[in-house]
Amino acid sequence: MNFKKILPQLLTLVVVILVFGFFSYNAQVNMENRGITFGYGFLSQESSFDVQFSLIEYDGSHSYFRAYLVGLLNTILVSVIGIVFATIIGVIVGIARLSSNYLIERTAAIYVEFFRNIPLLLQIFFWYFAALRALPLPEKAEPIFGVFFLTIKGFFVPAFVWNNLDIFIYSVIAAIVAIVFVRLYAKKKQENQGIQTPVLSISIGLLIILPLLSFLLGGVDATVEIPVIEQLSQTSFTYKGGLKLPPELISLALALSLYTATFIAECVRAGVQGVSKGQKEAAASIGLTPNQVLKLVVMPQALRIIIPPTTNQYLNLTKNSSLAAAIAYPDLVLVFAGTALMQTGRAIEIVSITMLTYLTLSITISIFMNWYNKKIAIKEK
Amino acid sequence: MNKLNFLTPDKNNLYVYLYLGISLFSISILIVFLNSFFSLDLTSFLPGTISYFLPLIIGFIGLHLIRIEYSGIKFLDIINKNINTNKFNALLSLLIIFAVIKSIPPLLSWFIIDANFAGDSKDACSGSGACWAYIKTWFNRFMYGMYPNAEQWRINLSFIALAFLGGVGFFASEKFKKYLTLYYVVVYPVIAFLFIFFFISGGPIFFDFSYGIIAAVISIVIGIFIPSKFKMYYFIIIPITIYILLKYVFFYEELIELGKIQAFEWVETGAWGGLSLTFIVSFFCLIFCFPVGLFLSLGRRSDLPIIKYISIGFIEFWRGVPLITVLFMSSVMFPMFLPEDMFIDKLVRVIIAISLFEAAYVAEVIRGGLQALPRGQYDAAKSLGMGYWKMHIFVILPQALKLVIPGIANTFLALVKDTPLIFVVGLLEIVGMLNLAKTNPEWLGFAMEGYVFASIVFFIICYAMSKYSYNLEQKYKTER
Repeated sequence: MNFKKILPQLLTLVVVILVFGFFSYNAQVNMENRGITFGYGFLSQESSFDVQFSLIEYDGSHSYFRAYLVGLLNTILVSVIGIVFATIIGVIVGIARLSSNYLIERTAAIYVEFFRNIPLLLQIFFWYFAALRALPLPEKAEPIFGVFFLTIKGFFVPAFVWNNLDIFIYSVIAAIVAIVFVRLYAKKKQENQGIQTPVLSISIGLLIILPLLSFLLGGVDATVEIPVIEQLSQTSFTYKGGLKLPPELISLALALSLYTATFIAECVRAGVQGVSKGQKEAAASIGLTPNQVLKLVVMPQALRIIIPPTTNQYLNLTKNSSLAAAIAYPDLVLVFAGTALMQTGRAIEIVSITMLTYLTLSITISIFMNWYNKKIAIKEK
Repeated sequence: MNKLNFLTPDKNNLYVYLYLGISLFSISILIVFLNSFFSLDLTSFLPGTISYFLPLIIGFIGLHLIRIEYSGIKFLDIINKNINTNKFNALLSLLIIFAVIKSIPPLLSWFIIDANFAGDSKDACSGSGACWAYIKTWFNRFMYGMYPNAEQWRINLSFIALAFLGGVGFFASEKFKKYLTLYYVVVYPVIAFLFIFFFISGGPIFFDFSYGIIAAVISIVIGIFIPSKFKMYYFIIIPITIYILLKYVFFYEELIELGKIQAFEWVETGAWGGLSLTFIVSFFCLIFCFPVGLFLSLGRRSDLPIIKYISIGFIEFWRGVPLITVLFMSSVMFPMFLPEDMFIDKLVRVIIAISLFEAAYVAEVIRGGLQALPRGQYDAAKSLGMGYWKMHIFVILPQALKLVIPGIANTFLALVKDTPLIFVVGLLEIVGMLNLAKTNPEWLGFAMEGYVFASIVFFIICYAMSKYSYNLEQKYKTER
């Protein structure tokens, strides 16, 4: 090691240590002055605030840690909804952009250019404050198909009331496991003997028959609960029964999926364009049908290009879901870094937990992505 | 007799099919057009569902009749090739055409025909259309926030001056072209800062920062004559010495008091807002995040372990957290890390936070460019006896940055789109001002107009930026 290599490293290290030392010293002094002691003990204290929308049972008597869980679950909920819809819209638009039909291609291009060039926050505000506020009041809402009610107070949908839900879930899991085995078996059979098995119809059959059996034999029972209008006071109405999706959730999911879909569409387009034409021609010339060309030749190569940036977009969507705080959807940032912080005044602990949560999420996903990239990378000999 | 050819045109019956198909297609469009523009229902004599789908059916048959591989008629071939290649495409084309025709009248009536342009109160807006009077009344606030009306010329003047100074590069002669990078990276940001500080904020003439600027300028001027062997040590020691000399020796107390005279009325940053704040924040973040990102990307690829891992940790940390939590941190957590008597302005904190955040993204983009360069470039530069900095400045970075123009442009676009988030710390740029105006009791119920207005403004800015980056990409494209 020579001097020229050690000096810059040493300098950087000293600067970093100095900055951190300066910050932590000040933090210590400030907390002493305000009479706060650093620690995470407050997490088990009673929170004494309410959250509007929660997936798990929660009220003011629960602890701050439970409030954190409520926020985290709400973040995950809106992210999953957003990811599902963004993928569907994104794939459709991405394929539409490759269409030979001029009108379809232009429509998709206009959609992409328009939605990706407007800030996400503005889109969330637009849906929440402008578009969804134009919906009718509960008592004036027109039912959609007789059972869905889209009102200014939220989207009311029928809910299933289950008996023995766990058996039903087990049956679905069993079906999925069975499908995986069937696929492995079929692949092996084709590689060894060259005989194809109709995997798709078997899979669909399994997915229908096993849950059906659980209804017939397992004592599973589901009834549909349709929302019914109910008068709260002279002027105020709401719907009882069924499931209520609050307008905050709807507008957030809508904005997130429409915004992220534009980026996913570009990923899909780049991926499909990235497969060279020669591949398709070669596949066709050895006698594969167009469906087989798509499934066996184009898609595996396109996916290799599509999946890494798309996962990145999923991650972005999850991080962007923190904008929920702007329209009071009770996600992690609003519940924990907002309300809980206001109440306890423990800025350092709460902000660090919040950041750590997001950090864990993104690092997990990026580790998974690195593993996946290595797995699907072209293996050169 | 020939085999009857019912549904596909051929040479013999081409014209019959053509006329029939085109007239059917035109009729279907006409029906929808009349229905949508003049609310005339030509097909009302039919039962409801059929009359609803009739234009679609007629148009579909029409398109089917004219579908022919090559007719020799230019117009027909264009239609067939672009919107009518098969049944599915024809159906989708028809749906899109009808949707466009159907959506024009309501949009037109909301935007222009039924909209109110005149007036300066809510009462002027009674129609069913948009209330542009609302935008007109609040326009000043949307542009300048709470900035005092009488002082707004200062913002305008600064922006015009900065735009002019920024455009110097286009007019520079060949002789000065090589200094342009230095100008844009070092001189221009300082000038921009001084403009903002003196004109928009109305700060004192001599403030702590100005000693630093003078010290830097003096040491750069002297530094030109210092032999390159000692330059590194020179630039570490001399600026600090000059700064201390200036502050504590040459300018004693009375002079400092004299320097604190303000030329303009002080406007605190809390009053800034609107679109001008969007520009200020994006501009400074853009200027700061690029060099920081550049150094981070070099650090990440460095072979000195400590620097490498510090860079990796820094980049991954900022990329892993959402911007809103970073802003939360800058507003509630960061003051805890400072001494009690030290206060950093809200706007400055926000700009630092966003710059560091975006710098991590810029770093990753630049790293992509650095990785794409073949090893031979490094080896060639080293074999010419270039050191680390010379190699990067003259060989590696010019090629790598050229490669990543689209990526950097995307990051900058994301930056501009992220600026509305500063509402978290209570700074109201255009979206924040909209939300404020929306809750004004005299102007309730015009959220839609406001958001549409802001969307158009942002769309114009971002679209122009993306097109500019595309041009830049084309301009610097070299065969590889």
